[in-house]
Amino acid sequence: MIALPQVLILAAILFCISVAGIFINRKNVLILLMCIELMLLSVNMNFIAFSQFLGDIHGQVFVFFILTVAAAESAIGLGILVVLFRNRNTINVSELDSMKG
Amino acid sequence: MIMSDATMENIYLAIVLSPLLGAVIAGLFGRAIGRSGAHRVTIAGVGLAAILSMIVYKHVVFDGAAVYNQALYTWLDTGTLNIEVGFLIDRLSATMMVVVTFVSWMIHIYTIGYMHDDPGYQRFFSYMSLFTFAMLMLVMSNNFMQLFFGWEGVGLVSYLLIGFWFKRETAVFASLKAFLVNRVGDFGFLLGLAAVLMYFHTLDYATVFAQAPGLAGQTIEILPGREWLLLSFICICLFIGAMGKSAQVPLHVWLPDSMEGPTPISALIHAATMVTAGIFMVARMSPLYELSETALSLILIIGSITAFFMGLIGLVQNDIKRVVAYSTLSQLGYMTVALGASAYAAAMFHLVTHAFFKALLFLGAGSVIIAMHHEQDMRKMGGLYRHMPVTWITCLVGSLALIGFPGTAGFFSKDAIIEAVHESHLYGSGLAYVAVLSGVFITALYTFRLFFMTFHGEERLDEHTRAHLHESPKVVTLPLTVLAIPSAILGWFLVGPMLFQGYFQESLHVTQEHDVLGEMGSGYHGPWNFFVHAFSAPVIYIALAGVVTAWLLYIKYTHIPALLAERFSLLYRILVNKYGFDIAYQKVFADGSVRIGQFLWRAGDVSVIDGYLVNGSAHAVRWFSGVLRLLQSGFLYDYAFAMIIGLLVLLGYFLPWASLLG
Repeated sequence: MIALPQVLILAAILFCISVAGIFINRKNVLILLMCIELMLLSVNMNFIAFSQFLGDIHGQVFVFFILTVAAAESAIGLGILVVLFRNRNTINVSELDSMKG
Repeated sequence: MIMSDATMENIYLAIVLSPLLGAVIAGLFGRAIGRSGAHRVTIAGVGLAAILSMIVYKHVVFDGAAVYNQALYTWLDTGTLNIEVGFLIDRLSATMMVVVTFVSWMIHIYTIGYMHDDPGYQRFFSYMSLFTFAMLMLVMSNNFMQLFFGWEGVGLVSYLLIGFWFKRETAVFASLKAFLVNRVGDFGFLLGLAAVLMYFHTLDYATVFAQAPGLAGQTIEILPGREWLLLSFICICLFIGAMGKSAQVPLHVWLPDSMEGPTPISALIHAATMVTAGIFMVARMSPLYELSETALSLILIIGSITAFFMGLIGLVQNDIKRVVAYSTLSQLGYMTVALGASAYAAAMFHLVTHAFFKALLFLGAGSVIIAMHHEQDMRKMGGLYRHMPVTWITCLVGSLALIGFPGTAGFFSKDAIIEAVHESHLYGSGLAYVAVLSGVFITALYTFRLFFMTFHGEERLDEHTRAHLHESPKVVTLPLTVLAIPSAILGWFLVGPMLFQGYFQESLHVTQEHDVLGEMGSGYHGPWNFFVHAFSAPVIYIALAGVVTAWLLYIKYTHIPALLAERFSLLYRILVNKYGFDIAYQKVFADGSVRIGQFLWRAGDVSVIDGYLVNGSAHAVRWFSGVLRLLQSGFLYDYAFAMIIGLLVLLGYFLPWASLLG
């Protein structure tokens, strides 16, 4: 039987990977979006794990909501990405610095 | 016939407001009503005030109406301080009202001739009427605040009128000088007002005068360890105001320069009325001054210094108006001396006669100036009596009155002052007696120097002026004639009542031991007796000696004055430089304040305020934001990283580590 800490550790590892992906990745905005999705999934993992071990169904209900919202969000994100590419002709992260002070 | 208080109240209001109305109409609608409209409306306003003032005078003096003392309007009420506009009409103010409105009226008429070609015609009339309004507010007031209002009002108009020809640099300088010097005096005056308010808790004359004896012994400590009598302090502060307005040494410097203004102004403001405001004020405050011998002695000394030393300067002036101006200073000194000797009635008497004869002399000088095409240098005149008989004869009357020739108005008033000083026992009265007595000689000398240099002797005119020389028009000679009559005969009627028979009743207060006029009164047996008695006193012989000296120096042996100037060149230079007052004030106060201003501008404004505060704060913000912008890389991942770091820090701070670890 898998214990709670193991699932939590997996979720934490996934989260760290996604954070690292955001920082280390300097090339592609697409990867940023994927990392954000991964972050959400790791959080979902926590929800499900606690729901299972505490016997409370609400956590799993919440995960459905999050997945729905995440789907909508990635649709919007991809849409923005397309527009960005049309305007700037690049999706290279290190070139997107028009906010530089 | 005694009129009811309500009727009189309307008359008082009409006296004050009709000149104001004239001033407003001529000032604001001057262009619409034109030149003749402007002089008609102002002369009508002031004329109405003059006629009504005479009615009031008759009402108060001949019909024996009771003193009117009423507040008409509450200007300001703060609970503790109640400032009202009100009138106190007694014999003192009624007399002043007649003098002010009558002289002002005459000078309004004269101005038609004098300012005939001036582009600022309407403005000039408006100012003059405004002046009359302010002066009336001053003399009719029943409280200190309204007095101060009138005081500042006349000061303002004086400033405007000295600088009337604002394109002349000297006129602008003179007007500013007059304004600033008067500020010094007014500062003292304000301190006096504040002290009155602080200790009497009211600014109403009647209440203050009633309370004054109760505060006679009270002292205040201005400098630590130095006790002052409260009333001495108040009186001296108020007198400093009078020194500014009535041009007493050392605040006299503005009056000679004020001659830059048009001549009617010199006559109206700087001889007959405004400069006597200080004299009037001290006379009005007599219940206070009587309680302070220190203040009276100070007044006596300042007055005698002014009377003597300013007369001396008159001897070396060549500008016809300036001679008259220094003579005014000297005569104001006489009035001040009389105040100091507690002979308030004599001061008021001299004020009245002086108003007529000095206005006459100024207008005469103005008439000469018109004829000479605005040439004021007496060295370029001479022998004018052939061409201008009316001006000549009226000026002769004015001059005789000024030197106190027996029988003229000035004779009675000046003799009374000299006699009063002789009787006085105050500290400084000996000095004052010497000063006023020798002042008589000097007065006679400079007056007749002016008279001879202008009207007699050889004609030193240039050809062009001589060809156009003629008597001034009717509007000029009429006021001269009208003013000459009181200058000649007024003394006969006023000397008895005003000095010895309690003319001023309760409005002037003299304590028993100061009552010099009372002592003189015991020897008074009618004006004729006074007249005859004068021949056994030295005064008129001194005056005659002055006239004879003037005749010798400026008619007979005209080369002597230049010789004297050369022989006593040091003295001559001192007099020409007016004892260095102007230079010293210019160097110390004017240049000094410019230098302080420059220092404050450089050190305070440019360096501290601009350098450190204004630009400094901007520099600091720029430097700080320069540092901050290094953080703004513009890369999304940097911002996200900052968020994560922040999150970790917050978590690290808020997590219950103890329970987690323990």
